[in-house]
Amino acid sequence: MITAGIDVGSITAKAAVLNEAHVLGTRVISTGYDAKKAGRSVLDALLETLEISVPDIQTIVATGYGRNTVDFADKAITEITCHGIGAHFLNPEIRFIIDVGGQDSKVIRISEAGKVMDFAMNDKCAAGTGRFLEVMARALEVDLDKFGDIFLKAQHPSKISSVCTVFAESEVISLIAKGESRENIIAGIHDSVAARISALAKRVGVTEPVMMTGGVAKNIGAVKALEKKLETSIRVSEFAQVNGAIGAALLARNI
Amino acid sequence: MSGTDPEKEKRKIKSVQKMKEIMTNYYIEAKGAADTGKKVAWITSGGPVEPLIAMDVIPVYPENHGAMIGASKMGVELCEKAEEMGYPRELCSYARSDIGCSVTNGGPIGGLPKPDFLVCCNNICGTVMKWYEVASRYYGVPLFMLDTPFTHRKFPPAAKQYVIDQIYEYIEFLETQCGRKMDYDRMQEVGRLSVEGLRLWQEVLDSGAHKPAPITAFDAFFHLALIVTLRGTQETVDYYRQLRDEMKERIEQGIAMVPNEKYRLLWDNLPVWYRTKWLSEKFAAHGACLVGDTYTSAWSGVLPLIDEDNFLESMSQAYSQVYINVSLDIMINTLRRMIEKYDVDGVVMHSNRSCKPYSLGQYDLQRMVMEEYGLPTLMLEADMVDERSFSESQIETRIDAFMETIKS
Repeated sequence: MITAGIDVGSITAKAAVLNEAHVLGTRVISTGYDAKKAGRSVLDALLETLEISVPDIQTIVATGYGRNTVDFADKAITEITCHGIGAHFLNPEIRFIIDVGGQDSKVIRISEAGKVMDFAMNDKCAAGTGRFLEVMARALEVDLDKFGDIFLKAQHPSKISSVCTVFAESEVISLIAKGESRENIIAGIHDSVAARISALAKRVGVTEPVMMTGGVAKNIGAVKALEKKLETSIRVSEFAQVNGAIGAALLARNI
Repeated sequence: MSGTDPEKEKRKIKSVQKMKEIMTNYYIEAKGAADTGKKVAWITSGGPVEPLIAMDVIPVYPENHGAMIGASKMGVELCEKAEEMGYPRELCSYARSDIGCSVTNGGPIGGLPKPDFLVCCNNICGTVMKWYEVASRYYGVPLFMLDTPFTHRKFPPAAKQYVIDQIYEYIEFLETQCGRKMDYDRMQEVGRLSVEGLRLWQEVLDSGAHKPAPITAFDAFFHLALIVTLRGTQETVDYYRQLRDEMKERIEQGIAMVPNEKYRLLWDNLPVWYRTKWLSEKFAAHGACLVGDTYTSAWSGVLPLIDEDNFLESMSQAYSQVYINVSLDIMINTLRRMIEKYDVDGVVMHSNRSCKPYSLGQYDLQRMVMEEYGLPTLMLEADMVDERSFSESQIETRIDAFMETIKS
């Protein structure tokens, strides 16, 4: 049985195609202006490389912020449930997921069977999200992909005290003006994100082992800063960014 | 072809019409008080209204007005007006929208009638004290402040006496303002009517315990208006008797407010006034019914503390121990009773940016619900009047995920 999961997030759209419990392929594209179109485009792009056509897919589940715009999906399921199932599939031992995406961060506690027991999301604020890191990368004129490596070179992380993205950006700009090194500022930014997310995680109660998913999991700096803050090791799968789409494709098997 | 869905029509609460009529007449009378020579007093939602009714003063509630502003989706504009005047966004949105309304005469009813005097009881929060001081200066009218001590565990006799003394001062204040003496027989009668109204209101709320529920918290938010504004009047008693009877009929006829009610939930905190319909439909689409809430039951929750034969003095304790003027331990007990009474599958908490005393401690309540009952809880960050604090897509995702958790 071939199923597909489409995760339309605020920055990227992801697709995963599965044959039963086997991942046939995944794809990530920018969501851009038209979330509705992004859902279609990401699936088409993936199917092209897999040489599979839409009629071969039995069911499709959409997730992410744009889940309700994917009109060709059989069902929309929230990313909370999808990330739970996805993480459980990638590693059945996982009991806690930290998903940090473009516009929000979520922490999810799951049972041994991958069922969501409790979850929490950041409030209406970009602090502790991928967008926060993106804004900072721009202020520092550094490619976001290099953030992780630069983080590892920091000697003394700067202190970023503001939780507001806009105020934190001004803090970063004044640190630049004071001649603080990029490495230290970048490390400070990651510590700030980690502090925000760990507060959310502790509210729900961290149960080990922990997995990080979402686009920000690709950033080693964010993972390291969180590990330090939570005093636990965090697993990151190669499928971290497409975990929600994989979870959606897995759930599509039961429709 | 247009037409009404008979099933949907059947589900509608018929008493709504009567309620609208009473509230319209009430506001017409209040706004016309200058012509009839009646005095108008502004009073806080948790304040003792009964002495005002006994003195024939028209009570007006800036908070009820705030709820109307919120429901009319006029909150942002009025809050912004107050912000222009220098009030911070952190200030309660009832206070901001009401202050904005005072200077513009805007809002759904063109502003509240000017008060002759003000009565402020701090059993609901500390904000009201400053808010009423501002109103007192702005309108140049006297203010009576009733201070109700917070209850941590017990309400000691000294605290009770302290409030009783103030209640007699309150009556003296009213006698000065109205230029006549209090009729204590009438006061006793108003007290009796108040208790009767509260009992009937509690019966209405209790009907939500029936499966399926004939009423939801979203309906209770609407029908609450009279118990806030006009308790102690015969009209209120008559209205809630009618509503209670309608609930009985609905139960007999098996009329559910949410068709195919599958999941029963409790609501905590004030409503999100500008989104009650949206939220109600959102939950109903999942087969979920908000069968009870901590907010609308706050007024009748103190019934066991009232002695009908000694209304004036016993109300000192009742008014002091309303739901949010008590410790978290006491609030947890109230929530426990409600979870059991309504037999719910989960609890929805509105973390209300405006109402700090209500929202503080919700994470502890959440933990208790989870640990003792194993029930999932949902935290919705929003505001009762200020729409700028509401993010639809985030709230939608949370509700959907919460319902997926309950269903799985």
